[in-house]
Amino acid sequence: MAVMQYREALNLAMTEEMERDDRVFLMGEEVAEYNGAYKVSQGMLDRFGEKRIVDTPISENGFAGIGIGAAMVGLRPIVEFMTFSFSYVAFDQLVNNAANMRYMSGGQFNVPIVFRGNSGIAGNLGATHSHRPEALFAHFPGLKVMMPSTPSDAKGMLKAAIRDDDPVIFIEHENLLGDKGDVSEDPDFVVPIGKADVKREGSDVTIITYSRSVITSLKAAEKLEEEGVSAEVLDMRTIRPLDLDAILNSVTKTHRAIIVEENWPYCGIGAGVADRIYRAAFDELDAPIQRVTAKDAPLPYNRRLELDMLPSVERVVEAVNQVLYR
Amino acid sequence: MAHAQTEAKPIVEREQALDWLRQMLVIRRFEERSAMLYQRQKIGGFCHLYSGQEACAVGSIGVLRDDDYVITAYRDHGHAIARGMEPRAGMAEMLGKAAGCSKGKGGSMHFFQADRNFMGGHAIVGSHIPLAAGFAFASKYRGDEKVTLCFFGDGAMDQGALHEAFNMAGLWKLPVIYVVENNLMSMGTHLHRHSAVLDLTRRGGPPYGFPGVAVDANDIEAMAEVTLEAANRARAGEGPTFIEAKTYRYRGHSMSDPMKYRTKEELEKARERDPIALYEVVLRERGWVDDESLELMQAEVKELIDEAIRFAEEAPEPELDEVYTDITVSPYIPQE
Repeated sequence: MAVMQYREALNLAMTEEMERDDRVFLMGEEVAEYNGAYKVSQGMLDRFGEKRIVDTPISENGFAGIGIGAAMVGLRPIVEFMTFSFSYVAFDQLVNNAANMRYMSGGQFNVPIVFRGNSGIAGNLGATHSHRPEALFAHFPGLKVMMPSTPSDAKGMLKAAIRDDDPVIFIEHENLLGDKGDVSEDPDFVVPIGKADVKREGSDVTIITYSRSVITSLKAAEKLEEEGVSAEVLDMRTIRPLDLDAILNSVTKTHRAIIVEENWPYCGIGAGVADRIYRAAFDELDAPIQRVTAKDAPLPYNRRLELDMLPSVERVVEAVNQVLYR
Repeated sequence: MAHAQTEAKPIVEREQALDWLRQMLVIRRFEERSAMLYQRQKIGGFCHLYSGQEACAVGSIGVLRDDDYVITAYRDHGHAIARGMEPRAGMAEMLGKAAGCSKGKGGSMHFFQADRNFMGGHAIVGSHIPLAAGFAFASKYRGDEKVTLCFFGDGAMDQGALHEAFNMAGLWKLPVIYVVENNLMSMGTHLHRHSAVLDLTRRGGPPYGFPGVAVDANDIEAMAEVTLEAANRARAGEGPTFIEAKTYRYRGHSMSDPMKYRTKEELEKARERDPIALYEVVLRERGWVDDESLELMQAEVKELIDEAIRFAEEAPEPELDEVYTDITVSPYIPQE
């Protein structure tokens, strides 16, 4: 175990996997000589050379497609989007080519690729640079979507993504990059795709969440504990495929659930998760599920307005109180 | 009689030349019978026929190595057959059968055959052009000297994906050959109405640091020659080549296209330089074919396509649970 930042954990995951498998390479804007726009790939050019750490022009659609092509013929690319807001320029490659290739070819070609980069409502970035793309990508059969909330998960989940034989959309959070935590230095430490994690045990209510909202939810759970409410915080970790068993286990125990996400509410992750819970465990629920989301507006530049958009500790506590009829 | 254009000095052996002629006949017959099956509603969806453009695919794919990569757009039947796909596998795909080349999940626009490195028909215009650069990137990464041959239509010249991929292919000197099959029509929009510059060799290669060469693609051996030069360049590490194959399609953009944007005269004029008829003249002049051998070849091709249609019609439909297979390599969990 070592204490390291979330960004360092991502770096370690890529470094270990590149040492392990020479088919793995990293490609993206400013990943090599600049050492990463967010310093996630710091030092990797020196270690692996320009053949395997590849700076690209600002051509997201083009290099996403090049990565998919390379993956179809057996390489295992990691394609970095400087932020996932820029993945929208590459939407066609991700949803038409990466997601469908195996199906359209009747199983003849698969696409072992990881698209990774940060996202989120990160601070004064305005509407174009604050996207949360997980609901969009989770919509597509053929894609897997992962979102780590801690340095340990960042490492273990990214390693699983790189080793996977299917396309993985791996979405980090810009505001978590500097977070520190214990991380295993075991090169075989992997967090499997599709496994949720109870980040805090509780008995009165389940807070289902992911990415930065896990941190917000844990703070809310502490506050609730002071008021005598025992909240379980369940980190989904993988958005698609959903770990429905973990969610149902928790909800069957607490009989109350809220879902917290930084996404917009309509057709957001919580909408899909709530639907699954209602259809699988309606009788277990003692209250309607409540959702805490970003407000349904484009992201404003103004910091005060932006903070008001975000799921806050207060809004999480309020939603818990609603399902507890407090 | 059509006038032979090809160089007097053959670039291929007799056996190769006859095989190319035969492949073009197979493609033509496959397409014309597909049109009939479409009209009888045996084939659904969108169906884009290759009739008139056969020499582009056969001449260029014909000079590749077996381990090279071939990728194309949605007008893909001809390229698949030229790459060695059995007509029965293509026909079964068109009829949506489990025995089809993509198990009935791809359809006319999405033919694939991995064991021939036929990397697909791709139906979003321009979207496969970066994929081709990706295969070439992998070849360079591995140092395996494979070449990628990528086809698209003149409509794809106007897509951003082409610009991005061409720039990176040129920047990194990737071993890829880009062939625009300029049939003068971007669906129903004539070249002069969709391209600011009519000479596509000025748009395609030089702006990205690699050569652009135009070729009369009704002349199959000319097509073969420029492709072979480009392949040699690519294998020598000298980077991409852009080839403008000047061609013409006899059918509409797709089967649902009434072709009101062109005159009967224009079509008739194009047919005078039919690539198959031209090559027959060349091969007669060389003494490699005569009436008797051509008739025999036609009869064999007819039987091959008849058999492909019989096979496709008799082949079973996919089982309903096939809808959930071939989505991911790991066990697939439907989110329902």
